[in-house]
Amino acid sequence: MIDVERLRKQFGSTVAVDDVSFHVKRGEIIGLLGPNGSGKTTIMRILTGFFPPTSGRARVGGLDVESESIGVRRLIGYLPESVVLYPDIPVARYLRFCGEVKDLRGPKLRSRVEAVIQAVGLGEVRKREIGKLSKGFRQRVGLAQALIAEPALLILDEPTVGLDPNQVIDIRNLIRELRGQSTILLSTHILHEASIVCDRAIIIHRGHIIAEDTTEALNRRVQGFYQTLVRVEGPVGEVTAALQAIPGVEQVNEDHVPSDATTRLKIVSRDEAVRKVIARTIIDRGWSLVEVSPITMTLEDLFVRLVGEERRHEMRVN
Amino acid sequence: MHRTWALYKKEVRSYFVTPLFYVMTAVFLCLCGWFFYSDLNFFTQFGFGMDILSNFFQLLFVDMATKVMTFIVPLLTMRLFAEERKLGTIELLFTYPLRDGEIVAGKFLAAATVFLIMLAGTLLYPLYLFSVQPFPFQLVAAGYSGLLLLGLVFIAIGLFVSSLTDSQVVAGVFSLFLVGVLWLMTWNEAAGSDQVMTVLKAFSTFDHFWNFSKGVIDSSDVSYYLLIIAFFTILTLRSLESRRWRGRR
Repeated sequence: MIDVERLRKQFGSTVAVDDVSFHVKRGEIIGLLGPNGSGKTTIMRILTGFFPPTSGRARVGGLDVESESIGVRRLIGYLPESVVLYPDIPVARYLRFCGEVKDLRGPKLRSRVEAVIQAVGLGEVRKREIGKLSKGFRQRVGLAQALIAEPALLILDEPTVGLDPNQVIDIRNLIRELRGQSTILLSTHILHEASIVCDRAIIIHRGHIIAEDTTEALNRRVQGFYQTLVRVEGPVGEVTAALQAIPGVEQVNEDHVPSDATTRLKIVSRDEAVRKVIARTIIDRGWSLVEVSPITMTLEDLFVRLVGEERRHEMRVN
Repeated sequence: MHRTWALYKKEVRSYFVTPLFYVMTAVFLCLCGWFFYSDLNFFTQFGFGMDILSNFFQLLFVDMATKVMTFIVPLLTMRLFAEERKLGTIELLFTYPLRDGEIVAGKFLAAATVFLIMLAGTLLYPLYLFSVQPFPFQLVAAGYSGLLLLGLVFIAIGLFVSSLTDSQVVAGVFSLFLVGVLWLMTWNEAAGSDQVMTVLKAFSTFDHFWNFSKGVIDSSDVSYYLLIIAFFTILTLRSLESRRWRGRR
């Protein structure tokens, strides 16, 4: 569905995307992961035909995004990062407009407008002007306009950013429901999101792809170690020393949180089983164990590790 | 065509949902009405021995063009692209399967339609006059053709300027300036040598309006206006294309 080869985009002297190649098969859900400014949006804008690459090639459904831009745009539904829609147009009328510019007409147009309104749950606000909707509803309208012409490829730029937790869950569920209907490329800076929604993640850092794999495999590869948060009622020094002595524990760091009266420790270990030993040790010593919980990796951690790996690799090559 | 039509409908509708359109139409009709009244009064009181009606219409059309349209039409076009840039809606528009030409056509035709509605409103005044004192129809037909063409020129200029900025105010002021310059540049014949003035006159929208206001439709004037419209439309297309290398919206 998507074939990107040696893509490069330069704005003046700034290189936003450099030597990016990746392929996406029909029906896959792919996450583009990276911090703000890493080039995710630039890649998406090239794919949507908003602007052409400086060099390299991108094809969508076999069509070149530059020379066959209109054809590519017919295949795509796009939700930009900050969805801004015409504020003074009512929802249903706006969706009809989107359908019309995408060549839908007559009964087909009417049935698609109804279908997307149902699919994203806009029934109650269909007559309301977009500018008067809450952010969550506006995001749904954005998603609805992307879905209107049953796109073969759905491109979603940070679809859950700025939404409250319930809305985030709604949107993620919607995306998961679309599996099988469209190929989906979505960008996010939340690792967790990618891992629950995407089949595969492409990790981008400063315009380069630094890793590309299933989210599970990435987790395994990066997490050669486990992190555990322990909260205990007990003296910091003694607890730290006791936990440090457990075989398998590599590091114990105090995690000071002013509002928390308990001792908080972050423990790094080679295997997961250490958690049981930690719990037993604390109880055996007579301290009260308040919490033992795994610390899931954030994108930042993943990054630090991946960028570190890459640098080590470069040094070896040089 | 279908897609241009869809965009056209959206644009026309968005004029009608904002108060700006109604305020502008009211101001436009009031000012034109005022010039109709005062110009007619002038010639009925001081026009002895002259062809009152053709002189009156000539003055009226020049007043409508210079003193009303010059100020109102830039207000009509300033939002066309500037607002979409400011809001950010232009990003989505550029990713729909619409050619740049279709976008420009939809917006141009929408502004033209709205202008036509405003201009048609002023036809009430000559119709009223006709009921009191019949006059050759050709006078009014030529004058209104001129006003219409001139309006389209202003729209083409305004659309281009609006595509350059994300500020509606900047777009409005700069269109007013461009429209003004095309009018003013031949006002002072002493300001340039004869050769310079001849060239400037060929490019002045005012000098090409003169015949229309006298009731004459000259094909060279019509072609001049069509050329100016084409010129600014091409500039607009170029300006939209600049996103390809500038990378911004």
